[in-house]
Amino acid sequence: MVNPLLVWIAFFAPLVACVINTLFFLRSKTLSSLSSIAGILTSFLCTVLIAIQIFQTHPALEFQQSFTWIQFDALTINFGFLVNPLAIMMLLVVTGVGSAIFIYSRGYMAEDPSMPRFFTFLSLFAFSMIGIVLSNNFIQLFIFWELVGLSSYLLIGFWYGKSSAADAGVKAFMVNRLADFGFLCGILLLWSISDVGHGRSFQFTDLAIIVSQLDPHLLTITALLLFCGVIGKSAQVPLHVWLADAMEGPTPVSALIHAATMVAAGVYLLARTFFIFEPLHEALNVIAYVGGITALMAATLAIVENDIKRILAYSTLSQLGLMVMALGLAGPMQGMYHLTTHAFFKALLFLGAGSVIYALHHEQNIWNMNGLLKKMPITGLTFLIGTLALCGIFPLSGFWSKDEILALASEHNPLLYCLASVTSGLTAFYMGRLFWTAFWGKPSADNHAHESPAVMTFPLIFLAILSVIGGFIGIPHFLFPEGEHPSLNMKVAVISSVVALLGLGISFLIYGKRPKQDPLESKLGFIYPILKNKYYFDTAYGWYVNRVQQSFAALLEWFEKTMIVRYGVFGLTSTAKAGGRIFRSLQTGLVQFYALIFVLGTCVLFLILVRNL
Amino acid sequence: MMMPNLSWILLLPTLLLGLIFFIPSDKPTLIRRISMVAILLPFLLSIWVFTAYDSVAGGFQFVEQIRWVKEFGISYHLGVDGINSLMLLLLGVASFAAVVASQSIKDRIKEYYILLLITIIGTYGAFLSLDIFFFYFFHEIAAVPVFLMIGIWGSERRELAAMKLTLYLVAGAALALVGLIALYFSTGLNTFDLVVIQQHLAANPIPLAVQNWIFPLIVVGFGVTLTLWPFHTWAPIGYAEAPTAVSMLHAGVLKKMGAYAIIRFAIGLMPEAAHTWMPIIATLAVVNIIFCGLVALTQRDLKYILGYSSCSHMGYILLGLACFNTISLNGVVFLMFAHGIMASLAFALAGFVADQTKTRNLDELGGITKQMPFIGTCFMMAALASAGVPGFANFVAEIMVLLGSWDQYRWQTILAVLGIVITAIYMLKAIRLGFQGPLNPKWNKLVDAQTLVEKFPFIILLAVLILVGCWPLIISKHIETSTKTIVENIVKK
Repeated sequence: MVNPLLVWIAFFAPLVACVINTLFFLRSKTLSSLSSIAGILTSFLCTVLIAIQIFQTHPALEFQQSFTWIQFDALTINFGFLVNPLAIMMLLVVTGVGSAIFIYSRGYMAEDPSMPRFFTFLSLFAFSMIGIVLSNNFIQLFIFWELVGLSSYLLIGFWYGKSSAADAGVKAFMVNRLADFGFLCGILLLWSISDVGHGRSFQFTDLAIIVSQLDPHLLTITALLLFCGVIGKSAQVPLHVWLADAMEGPTPVSALIHAATMVAAGVYLLARTFFIFEPLHEALNVIAYVGGITALMAATLAIVENDIKRILAYSTLSQLGLMVMALGLAGPMQGMYHLTTHAFFKALLFLGAGSVIYALHHEQNIWNMNGLLKKMPITGLTFLIGTLALCGIFPLSGFWSKDEILALASEHNPLLYCLASVTSGLTAFYMGRLFWTAFWGKPSADNHAHESPAVMTFPLIFLAILSVIGGFIGIPHFLFPEGEHPSLNMKVAVISSVVALLGLGISFLIYGKRPKQDPLESKLGFIYPILKNKYYFDTAYGWYVNRVQQSFAALLEWFEKTMIVRYGVFGLTSTAKAGGRIFRSLQTGLVQFYALIFVLGTCVLFLILVRNL
Repeated sequence: MMMPNLSWILLLPTLLLGLIFFIPSDKPTLIRRISMVAILLPFLLSIWVFTAYDSVAGGFQFVEQIRWVKEFGISYHLGVDGINSLMLLLLGVASFAAVVASQSIKDRIKEYYILLLITIIGTYGAFLSLDIFFFYFFHEIAAVPVFLMIGIWGSERRELAAMKLTLYLVAGAALALVGLIALYFSTGLNTFDLVVIQQHLAANPIPLAVQNWIFPLIVVGFGVTLTLWPFHTWAPIGYAEAPTAVSMLHAGVLKKMGAYAIIRFAIGLMPEAAHTWMPIIATLAVVNIIFCGLVALTQRDLKYILGYSSCSHMGYILLGLACFNTISLNGVVFLMFAHGIMASLAFALAGFVADQTKTRNLDELGGITKQMPFIGTCFMMAALASAGVPGFANFVAEIMVLLGSWDQYRWQTILAVLGIVITAIYMLKAIRLGFQGPLNPKWNKLVDAQTLVEKFPFIILLAVLILVGCWPLIISKHIETSTKTIVENIVKK
């Protein structure tokens, strides 16, 4: 049996750190960072203890505890947690990777005067993210869903004095809000149809029992509305536009929020509430295709990008697409497996990128980097490990988890299998392009980069180890102890390995000799500007917001000014002018006089009314 | 009933107000201090009343009654239930914050505080009265000084603003008065006593035909105060030009008197007519939310944005009022409280910024968080609260209204959810333009709130907003006891 207190400690430790920082430590870099790190480490430790206890129990343990948060006779909203292997796995990722990134941030943000604010926000984020993982009902989930959105907004716009950062924060928040419009409607709809005789409920466990009795048509609508939330948070097409801009935030934020945890929350939500989606084939199909298209599209965008963080951001999009696709193909285990390994190597890659950016004084363009492997051996080697894991090279973790998804696709949907395989090839290509350009070869004479301090390289090594061994530590078994685990699909594995090696090889042929600028620009021809403009999504949204929405709002304002104010209350305004003259003569400045007039007036009015009626 | 009775809430500040009359106007500090005490005392008493109210027993408590004009059945009758005890608390917090935030007033201080105190006392009186005549009387007492304060201490277009606001509110109040008088006569009881009327009507309702024309008079009449579309245009300009404390109080509390009156006199007394009229109100509510929200998008003046935002959010109150179930009616009262606190906070902050910079134009501001981290952070939190971010009380209130209205008004509710997105857009835009981005060099010398006194109004309002947002049960128990009877009454019909 797991002690519930452990869960509550894991839940609230980062919040405590956040509150303490807000109240006391906003002036001290050391104390604020230490309290935040202590908070997340406490959570991590508790999670490990819970995991050990859960792992020892058979059959798989699921337990929850709730307190009443809102209670009216017709409505109860609880605040509680629901712990099962899935949640604990996710919690391990969040707090484990989180701890590494918190520690890393202490080095990375050392020179920033606003470091206390940074750690306060980071702790707020950690708390909110843990909240998503543990919530046992939809309203609580939605609360934390919004709170991670909030902390993401705060952290993207951390350097709010920079216009681009402030804009990116706003964009991320807006896009997510728009998606949550659908999500909230979905929650309301699900709640309203959830009454099959025992009253309505938001609780996952209640819903799981009654879901088979619900009208499948309405349930499909619900599922798609809930999926809207996933599209926003996990940045799927067509709401993917915010994630690349979110790279304006400090790099540890990109690693934690926009690669390893928050953006994966959508995938986690699908897995957690998979009981709703499972019987709905149409809905699953939509999900699978949205994921597949996102995966391919983002991969094509990554190959023309020059900013190291944005390349990784598109790669994140693409991998999230694969995970969503896996869920759509009814494979929560495969999706979550890839989520976990991806958290390891993508956080590693981002932190590596951060180490490079730190060493090069905020240079992010890969064409201004060279030979970094020699200059920064630890960063370079760990980055290489991350790259190979992402490309799915045997025997690194990415190989195993990606293989599961590809095998799933090859069984159920050949078209999506092709999409996913092409995506793998492109992934290897753009990661190769990045690595060969920035890290390979001889450093130029003016390259004065040097290795980052230990507080930054230690988390890199930690994550690199996880990226290597992630395929061997029994993650699928832990996630779904009862499920069957298909053994390695040889055919798929061989094909995907060949594709990945091909991608790396082609990119070496093009970029291995380190050309001065990107030769792809001329080779791609008319496709290049399309990719450079990101398929014109931003242009289209900009047009909508500035032209359509703003014009409509201006039209309403005009309507208000003319129709309501000028014509609608024409009589009233002319009365106002007449009244104004009288009132002006009455402005004697004597309050007593006003009071007298008022009392008299009320009495007169009152008497008149009484007479007449 | 037990001592100390509710009359002290009115009596203490009135006595101190009398004292201020005798203080020469060249002693501003003394006047400020006495006013602060005059507001602090009823604030503390209202906290006491709120905590002492027994939500298990329910009903009106701390009742006191003195007969006044027998011929018309008018009596001085005070008492609280879960709804107005919460409103007292709201008024207590907001008025205290408003008085503290009045430090920037330097001109005709004595008159200013006298008027401010009259408004606050009047509002207390209105919320406490269980007699319809006295409710109306206090309601007017509260309204008149507002006109003068905007006219004297307001900014550039103060005369137009004062005129517009007053004419609208007077017209609305007159309409409501006709409705209330008609109500008085149609009961045939010859009494203004709300409790007596309530008991009588529960057994012998007014004929539906009569209800059906009294009801809209009251709802529209008080709806003007509540910025019911299309009678909302007084609010943005009124709030923008008013001195800070007035916009805090008016947007925060006085406006809620409209909703309070609708709950008490319209829905509470004429449930049958509610079924006829409220569906129309539900649709107007959505127009409020979307229309005013979109117009807020076009504004560049910080206070106008807040003004339109406040009109837009009244739509949620109206939508909740239109539903006949406990969830949404509880949500309404919750939102009256939450929005009251949030609006006071937002206007206090906007007022602080406007006092310092002498501008409210977002294009002229820009990046001022760099110079004023405290104010900037507080404004961001107020804006996020207004946008319904969880953790603040507004989220709880809005979600309750939406849960309650979902069954009854499906499309209206979906549009209301969309309204939350619109709020986020204009609020974030305001933050982005005014508070983030590179600092406009013009503002290099801006000073943040420094002393605790300066920071106090913001801190207390934020604290309440977060406390209630995280722990809604502390106020929802009170609300529930009182809304239950109203809703049961409606559902029965």
